[in-house]
Amino acid sequence: MKELWEGNQAIAEAALRAGLEAYFGYPITPQTELLEYLSRKMPELGRAFVQAESEIGTINMVYGAASGGARAMTSSSSPGISLMQEGISYIVGSEVPAVIVDMMRGGPGLGNIAPGQADYFQLTKGGGHGDYHPIVLAPWSVQEAVDLTIGAFDLAEKYRHVVILAADGNIGQMMEPVEMPAPRKIEKRDRGWELTGAINREHRLISSIYLQPEVLHKHNEKIQAKQRAIEQNQVRYHEFLMDDAEYAVIAFGTSARVAHTAITWARAKGIRVGLHRPISLYPFPYARVAEISKRVRAILVVEMNAGQMLEDVRLGVAERVPVSFYGVMGGRVPFPDEVLPEIEKLVNSVH
Amino acid sequence: MLTDDMQVVYECPDALTDVITHYCPGCTHGVIHRLIAEVLDEMGIREKTIGVAPVGCSVFIYNYFDCDFAQAAHGRAPAMATGLKRVHPDRVVFTYQGDGDLAAIGTAEIIHAAARGENISVFFVNNAVYGMTGGQMAPTTLPGMKTTSSPTGRDVELAGFPLRVSELLAQMTGAAYVVRRSVHDPGNINKTKKAIRNALNVQLNQAGFSLVEILSSCPTNWGTSALDALKFVKEQMLPFYPLGDYKVADSAKSFIVG
Ligand SMILES: Cc1ncc(C[n+]2csc(CCOP(=O)(O)OP(=O)(O)O)c2C)c(N)n1
Ligand code: SF4
Repeated sequence: MKELWEGNQAIAEAALRAGLEAYFGYPITPQTELLEYLSRKMPELGRAFVQAESEIGTINMVYGAASGGARAMTSSSSPGISLMQEGISYIVGSEVPAVIVDMMRGGPGLGNIAPGQADYFQLTKGGGHGDYHPIVLAPWSVQEAVDLTIGAFDLAEKYRHVVILAADGNIGQMMEPVEMPAPRKIEKRDRGWELTGAINREHRLISSIYLQPEVLHKHNEKIQAKQRAIEQNQVRYHEFLMDDAEYAVIAFGTSARVAHTAITWARAKGIRVGLHRPISLYPFPYARVAEISKRVRAILVVEMNAGQMLEDVRLGVAERVPVSFYGVMGGRVPFPDEVLPEIEKLVNSVH
Repeated sequence: MLTDDMQVVYECPDALTDVITHYCPGCTHGVIHRLIAEVLDEMGIREKTIGVAPVGCSVFIYNYFDCDFAQAAHGRAPAMATGLKRVHPDRVVFTYQGDGDLAAIGTAEIIHAAARGENISVFFVNNAVYGMTGGQMAPTTLPGMKTTSSPTGRDVELAGFPLRVSELLAQMTGAAYVVRRSVHDPGNINKTKKAIRNALNVQLNQAGFSLVEILSSCPTNWGTSALDALKFVKEQMLPFYPLGDYKVADSAKSFIVG
């Protein structure tokens, strides 16, 4: 049965149903409803909840709880994610699973509290020190946010890696009908690495320090092998009217929804344009973008930033066809009638 | 060979691993490790204990303890310990932190762990310098004390005043047990051990946040002999950092001795 859910609360409920055992948060618009929802639900269910002193606190609490083997999550918005980068680097270096929700807003600095997509670089490129990329999943609807949240916990555990749900204030705060999945049972598990006390076993260590250069190199090779496995197996995207497309729009999250409408309008005008929507921002669908660039005449990228995913699209396209860009940076959602003329310009530019 | 007329008076605690530490000769980090290990043995809690290591000279503490350990980012040990304790409330969770780690970069984390009454124990090693990075001025460096980043002595006009952590944290309602001890002579070593035991007992009885500040020597960065370093603790540090019980909350009273 479908129910009407606000994005933030829906993600919180999905995390609960995925078996979230520990949540740590700090208020920031536009994700605060997620914290508020869990501040009520987690204690009711006897699970761990702390409103921390900062996002530095929350991410390190996640690090601790996850080191203890618990399914742990935090959520924030852009400035808070910037503060978490140190912790994310440690969690990746220590190979413990963790889930982070980022309801992106406008930046840089305090920017504003309206929806944005300018965290693309800091999320997908490994915003902290060291060589790594978290897995980054970008929903375009509340339903997809719910489904990806559940999947995020599985991916985090499968790879012992950080998984970030990259939504924006629009998805966090809008209401849509959602089919909530059934709650999962939380099973006691010992996967051989979590810290639970050395009772009748050797003591364990969760750490990211490898003082010997050769040993650190090996450790990094292991992390890199994991990244390659993720790139091989976890690419996700969605397409709309791409089969006969002469032109492609590439966009993610809320921008893709806007582009979707603009594409239907363009089709009504006889323009054969389709949508490619990366769902996994890391791993980015480079191979698919390359394929598309061999079939279409030109590509338009639409983002709520100055052109961040644009760089990855260009890598995939490798200058086979022209790539143009339309972005808004005020922390606002573009209208379809801003995107339609961009599609028309794209068509004219290659004619 | 042990014969009938001999008895064991000194041996390696079970909670310590039998390896050589990396600490400098005369450094009292090792003494403090041993005290914690002896207490874990005596209380029979080694197996249910999870330690959180800091960034500082004691970053490798996990090599010396036979219990589970996590390695935190610089200053974040109390937050990491919070996460661990919240998901393992029946385990004993302690952090071991230097003064740079706890009283500079990690000030927010420690104050809020104490304010929340987080049921963890903190062993706070105050040696008045950043040991690991080569003896720079720490938040606890004494006024006038020479360090590699206060070469003419800490000028309080320029660098401000040292932090007295025990006095500060004693203000927190959530703090159950906050004391300052020292390990510069055998009598004080024994008192420190008792305080470590008290702190862990407070935690075991869910009485709230506990912290033992321990004045410790750093002969290497102070540029002294091991003996003179102990003298420095006694003559220079004690007057500025008086030993004592700064907070024993009612909730903790029945779980402490001495
Ligand atoms: C974010 C960050 N900043 C700085 C450092 C460098 N650093 C390593 S140890 C240390 C000082 C530790 O001093 P203290 O906590 O007093 O412990 P001690 O070495 O004296 O035992 C510093 C600044 C770091 N590792 N991480
Ligand atoms: S530098 Fe100082 S604190 Fe560090 S091990 Fe040497 S004596 Fe001890």
